[in-house]
Amino acid sequence: MADSSVERDGLHGVAPDRDAHITPGRRRRRAADSMVPEPEFQSYYGRPILHQPTWKALDIAGYFFFGGLAGASSTLAVAASATGHPALARPLRYGAAGAITVSAAALVHDLGRPGRFYNMLRVLKPSSPMSVGSWILAAYGPAAIGAALPLPAPLGAPLSVAAAALGPAVATYTAVLVSDTAVPAWHEGYCEMPFLFAGSAAAAASGLGLVTTPVSGAGPARRLGVIGATAELAVGRVMRRRMGMVGEVYEQGRAGRLVKAAEALSLAGIGLAVAGRRSRAASAAAGVCWLAGSALTRFGVFEAGVQSAADPKYVVEPQRAGK
Amino acid sequence: MIPVGHDPAGQAGWDDHPPRMGFFTDTSVCIGCKACEVACKEWNDVPSDGLNFSGMSFDNSWGLGADTRCHVAFIEQPRGEREDGIRWLMSSDVCKHCTEAACLDVCPTGALFRTEYGTVVVQQDVCNGCGYCVPACPFGVIDQRKDDGRVWKCTLCYDRLQVGQEPACAKACPTNSIQFGVLDELRPRAQARVAALQAAGETEAHLYGDSPDDGVGGAGAFFLLLDQPEVYGLPPDPVVTTRALGSMWKRAAVAAVGLIGAAVASSIGGRHG
Amino acid sequence: HPVAYQWVAEAKARGATVIHIDPRFSRTSAMADLYVPLRAGTDIAFLGGVINHVISEGKWFEEYVRAYTNASTIIEDGFQDTEDLDGLFSGFDKDDVRYDPETWSYKGTSVNAASGQRDRKINAGDGGEGHHETAHGESHGSGGPSLSGRPERDETLQHPRCVFQILKRHYSRYTPEMVRDVCGIPVATFDRVCQMITDNSNRDRTTSFVYAVGWTQHTIGVQFIRTASILQLLLGNIGRPGGGIEAMRGHASIQGSSDIPTLFDLLPGYIPMPHAHSHQNLQEFLETNSAERGYWSAMDTYMISLLKAWWGAAATTDNDFCFDYLPRLTGSHSTYDTVTEMLEGRCKGYFLMGENPAVGSANTRLQRKAMAQLDWLVVRDFNLIESATWWKDGPEIETGEMVTSDIATEVFFLPAANHTEKAGSFTNTQRMLQWHHEAVEPPADCRSDLWFIYHLGRKIRDKLAGSTDEMDRPVLDLTWDYPVHGEQDEPVAEAVLAEINGWDSTGQLLPGYLDLKADGSTSCGCWIYSGAYADGVNQAARRKPYLEQDWVALEWGWAWPANRRVLYNRASADPSGKPWSERKAYVWWDEDEGKWKGHDVPDFPADKRPDYVPAEEAEGIDGLSGAEPFIMQADGRGWLYAPAGVVDGPLPTHYEPQDSPFANLLYSHDRSPVRKLIPMPGNELQPSGDDPGAEVFPYVLTTYRLTEHFTAGGMSRWGEHLSELQPELAVEVSPELAAERGLVNAGWATIVSARGAIEARVLVTERMAPLTIGGRRLHQIGMPYHFGPNGLATGDAVNTLMSMSLDPNSYIQEDKALAVDVVPGRRPRGPALLALVEEYQRRAGITIETGTSV
Ligand SMILES: Nc1nc2c(c(=O)[nH]1)N[C@H]1C(S)=C(S)[C@@H](COP(=O)(O)OP(=O)(O)OC[C@H]3O[C@@H](n4cnc5c(=O)[nH]c(N)nc54)[C@H](O)[C@@H]3O)O[C@H]1N2
Ligand SMILES: Nc1nc2c(c(=O)[nH]1)N[C@H]1C(S)=C(S)[C@@H](COP(=O)(O)OP(=O)(O)OC[C@H]3O[C@@H](n4cnc5c(=O)[nH]c(N)nc54)[C@H](O)[C@@H]3O)O[C@H]1N2
Ligand code: SF4
Ligand code: SF4
Ligand code: SF4
Ligand code: SF4
Ligand code: SF4
Ligand SMILES: [Mo]
Repeated sequence: MADSSVERDGLHGVAPDRDAHITPGRRRRRAADSMVPEPEFQSYYGRPILHQPTWKALDIAGYFFFGGLAGASSTLAVAASATGHPALARPLRYGAAGAITVSAAALVHDLGRPGRFYNMLRVLKPSSPMSVGSWILAAYGPAAIGAALPLPAPLGAPLSVAAAALGPAVATYTAVLVSDTAVPAWHEGYCEMPFLFAGSAAAAASGLGLVTTPVSGAGPARRLGVIGATAELAVGRVMRRRMGMVGEVYEQGRAGRLVKAAEALSLAGIGLAVAGRRSRAASAAAGVCWLAGSALTRFGVFEAGVQSAADPKYVVEPQRAGK
Repeated sequence: MIPVGHDPAGQAGWDDHPPRMGFFTDTSVCIGCKACEVACKEWNDVPSDGLNFSGMSFDNSWGLGADTRCHVAFIEQPRGEREDGIRWLMSSDVCKHCTEAACLDVCPTGALFRTEYGTVVVQQDVCNGCGYCVPACPFGVIDQRKDDGRVWKCTLCYDRLQVGQEPACAKACPTNSIQFGVLDELRPRAQARVAALQAAGETEAHLYGDSPDDGVGGAGAFFLLLDQPEVYGLPPDPVVTTRALGSMWKRAAVAAVGLIGAAVASSIGGRHG
Repeated sequence: HPVAYQWVAEAKARGATVIHIDPRFSRTSAMADLYVPLRAGTDIAFLGGVINHVISEGKWFEEYVRAYTNASTIIEDGFQDTEDLDGLFSGFDKDDVRYDPETWSYKGTSVNAASGQRDRKINAGDGGEGHHETAHGESHGSGGPSLSGRPERDETLQHPRCVFQILKRHYSRYTPEMVRDVCGIPVATFDRVCQMITDNSNRDRTTSFVYAVGWTQHTIGVQFIRTASILQLLLGNIGRPGGGIEAMRGHASIQGSSDIPTLFDLLPGYIPMPHAHSHQNLQEFLETNSAERGYWSAMDTYMISLLKAWWGAAATTDNDFCFDYLPRLTGSHSTYDTVTEMLEGRCKGYFLMGENPAVGSANTRLQRKAMAQLDWLVVRDFNLIESATWWKDGPEIETGEMVTSDIATEVFFLPAANHTEKAGSFTNTQRMLQWHHEAVEPPADCRSDLWFIYHLGRKIRDKLAGSTDEMDRPVLDLTWDYPVHGEQDEPVAEAVLAEINGWDSTGQLLPGYLDLKADGSTSCGCWIYSGAYADGVNQAARRKPYLEQDWVALEWGWAWPANRRVLYNRASADPSGKPWSERKAYVWWDEDEGKWKGHDVPDFPADKRPDYVPAEEAEGIDGLSGAEPFIMQADGRGWLYAPAGVVDGPLPTHYEPQDSPFANLLYSHDRSPVRKLIPMPGNELQPSGDDPGAEVFPYVLTTYRLTEHFTAGGMSRWGEHLSELQPELAVEVSPELAAERGLVNAGWATIVSARGAIEARVLVTERMAPLTIGGRRLHQIGMPYHFGPNGLATGDAVNTLMSMSLDPNSYIQEDKALAVDVVPGRRPRGPALLALVEEYQRRAGITIETGTSV
């Protein structure tokens, strides 16, 4: 507070800027005072602090799933053919080519106009998982498709190997993509998310193998599937527990239902795959379970993110706890 | 090397650039007139965000968005110890122009860039509407326009800065609640103001976003608040997501290698099975 | 007033304490150091309480009061106070329902009633209808009534009938407890306010009152302001820096529109409009209206220069300078009387140039019904406002009361140019003229009002050219020769300003009003504005940055009179001419230079010594001493007591609003006995206080503005950027009332008065705190009045609820305080709406007499 006066020679004691001083004694609202019971945390009319991801679930979760399916398939395909399981490798190659096409389509659809994808390739920004991912995709896509074409071995082999090498990156960078946001249910899970996505991708690829390959030749798929699905289940639970209170969104609402279904399917897949080792039908069923389970896992993760962004408490409480 | 907190523009490759400009918004003198909201829309030619009565005190703009880049929050806090029984907080919010800006980091196209003033701006002709910046922003600032999918936010009136004009909202503010200036000069001024308020008994007065050591390396637009940030709809202690990006990539790499390993193992495993 | 409020913020920054007194906790309250809620319409009780405190606790500024006010003046023996007559002053005329102020006057001065009153006398006998209601309120301009003879004084202030003693007795019952029971202000809070005000009012500190329509829009609005004047005079806060009573005028140039009036009873510069009585000539007019002493003694120079400005060469000594060309008053012609005239079919044509009565004026239903009786209506506006479209989509069309095909009124809509499309001046709250230049030519058919009036006049004069009918002479003889420019033949606004400034016979622009002559050798469109174009320079267009001049900034714009920024500023110095305090120095007497000096233009004869004593017979400005600062007053004093000129009493007295849930705790007369009512179907009044049926309207509604909108909305509801900020009409209610009535936040409520029912969105807020009035819990509700059915941001017009009940001095409607009922849900549509209102009238037992008793 400045005190000013008006004297014969002019004005004295002008305040700096317009820093009005305000009156002491005001206190923040206390539960006792207020009409509505004080919520355990404060917010601005319960409005979200973060903006919801603007992505469409079908496009982006779908993009994650098919990307993972493609990537893992390419890898398993090469491993399989190298170890004498041609019957398994072939469908996986086609599967990868198909899946990556669908995946790319989903991405472009979410962007709105195909032309906009090219802006992705204007620059390579290591700080942007989406930029890095776009380049990986740009390299992997052609390779995976090439590997599926009837090309002469000297051409086909390197393409298959390239796809096999890049496939896992395609399957896991999307985990970084979602984790590298302010969305609590995504970011808080960044330690486990890549493993969850890798496992989920493995299960999906294996599922595709079991569906398309006679039991005799599908051994690798069966084994990888069990590993993948188990990882998917285990990592998911670890992740949710470690997230603390934010983890609860994975058990609530739409996300909760999706995750439960996903877990049930992965589990069923494991059961069928092991028990029905000799049965084509049972194996195919296990494959379907893993494919569906993997897809639902991604949708579950996506939904959980949206739900956590919609409720300010998932932003406020962890940050307060962190303080 | 100078810490990022002090020279984001330099870090972004601008040599001999002007000093970092920003806002000190002193919410203790905000009268809630919304001149800033209107000035922003008029100057930046932003369309109406819809006529939606909210019932949330005098706030019918709901919050920051693609078509509301300046938002005045109204918080009524009843029956305090004041004899007039209530206090009415008002505060004008904008993009924080973070030193470590998640939106800018994650933008795959380079549409979001750091200006010579250290502010963060979207190039509308480059933005491809991927929407990645939207969930990346820890303050829920930047948002997408439904019609063409591109994102919009406060530019700190980049065009006005370039011709030596202060931003429209600050210019319109009748009480100087929004103070525009060289960030390094605003910070001490703000600290003095907090001290004065504290001395006057306003014990809850504190600065928000002023510290270069906070989770976003300090904001280019920081605030003097009279209550907890979340009361104003602000995150209490946000940390820019990209700080963890390194370890994310490492883990992704391990997971990828693991996937290859598992694939190979399960294939080989078969031979002897 | 966000832009005006920045100066409050600035004052706060310099250590000022801000107190906000308002029924609602508003954005202003949020910034105030102390917020004082009170019941709408009770400020006289509150301020009277402060006056009582100041006098009984001896907190008044004794030397100032003795020297500069009429505290010592002795009043006629016949005077009786409301304390003696239980709510009436002496001179009440039951049949005419008006006061004869004869007994109110100063002892020893000949009858010095308001000239309007004198008109009545002259008319006694030939009293035709209108004459019984002359608009005497303003009819003696800003100068108060004339005064002849020297009043008796008792400098000891002990004489039982001296103003000071009368004042003391008048407010003795306005105790803190009375304030609590009438206004609902807790005693502790009241004491705190008194403390803050008195601690800050002395030689070294000054307190300022800022008000606007929260004080004026009441049946006793003028008396609200009078109460503040009395308090400020007692505390020595008038004519001093940081003091005064600041009226936050409304529309950008509303001050200008009272200086050069759009008011029916004033001529430019607050010269009264002549009344219609037989053969009064200019001489008589001047004698009855100008004062013996003070600057109003020179009214002849102002008046004759005005007539010369209007009728130029045609105005000569032989024809009384065309005095007879002036229209005459036959009674009140206020907007509300005009509405009555329309309803009764006497007023047939109506210009709406910048007004939206279908939303902004009290009782919008009658406003529209009145317009439907017109032959023609001309609306000049930016947008198709409600007043321009009522005939096709107004509420009465919806209720079936009106059918478009049955309405004979021919409505013309002419698009108006806005302020950026034309040059001109704004006169603001500080009486300061600021010029705005034309930035762009008006688009399409849009034209400025100056263009419209000038070319309309030109066309009419062309039509009348050559007429020999005496009736046409006033129009044909007008000086109507303004230069035009541009594509659209826009008249040159500066030429008008020059004419207002005035010139002498040689065409030389006048330096100021002191040079005006009564012999017809000077012409001046408005004496107080003389000097605004001195030396051929547009003084109003001056924009010297504040950094390049001192804090009074005399070179920014131009303030009337004579560029003075603080009126009566001689009072900032003590009788000897020394500033009351060195830290409040404003103007002072400089002995060496033998003249008044200071930061501002002294509002006093520059070389009149502080110790000058006028000779007994001295007249005019020489009739006032060197220590009498209030130079527009005939006695040179600030009036604690108004011997005449205020038609509803010499001292402000608390009365209840027209429609009030409470009886008057102080007197047996609930409402002001002389408030102006217009009883007619559609303007029904409500039972109040203890009358049966009053309980039907248990809540007090007050109306106000939102920063986001402007008045009746024509300038804001059509703009998306403002409309989205306050998209709908809302009613502010307390959580307690919401619970009591089942109102839900953001839901709907219906608000009902005897005149109508409207709906609004509900805004439940703790800012509307219930009050305890005489032990009874009162809920007040608040509604902004900006809304109407047209435009982007829409809602019912709140003025549907208002009655046409007016202040008898200013004819302003009481729209700040009235009793209503609130129920949840939306209002009925169609005829059912009328049924609902009739139902309420029935329940409250309302007849045409209800609420009209004295
Ligand atoms: N943004 C904006 N600015 C404007 C206008 C506008 O429409 N919008 N209008 C302009 C015009 S035309 C005018 S006249 C001015 C008016 O300026 P204001 O007078 O400030 O306008 P209001 O808000 O109508 O009334 C002021 C306050 O009076 C309070 N009040 C009501 N009844 C009483 C009472 O009995 N006693 C006391 N003490 N207070 C009471 C109301 O609650 C309200 O808060 O504003 C001008 N400025
Ligand atoms: N219940 C309630 N009623 C009130 C009040 C209240 O507080 N409560 N306040 C009262 C007060 S203080 C006022 S001033 C009145 C205002 O009531 P009105 O004067 O009837 O309402 P406005 O909207 O100001 O009307 C002005 C119109 O002029 C138009 N206009 C603007 N500039 C120009 C111009 O240059 N030329 C022309 N031709 N038109 C122009 C605008 O578009 C607008 O439509 O409302 C009064 N009514
Ligand atoms: S506030 Fe959000 S939008 Fe603004 S710079 Fe920081 S991250 Fe980007
Ligand atoms: S939406 Fe535009 S600005 Fe945001 S990240 Fe994508 S390209 Fe960059
Ligand atoms: S700085 Fe400019 S863009 Fe940002 S809020 Fe203010 S006016 Fe809007
Ligand atoms: S313009 Fe200034 S005072 Fe008005 S709302 Fe915005 S920040 Fe507050
Ligand atoms: S409405 Fe216009 S004139 Fe009135 S304060 Fe605001 S800016 Fe100034
Ligand atoms: Mo007004």
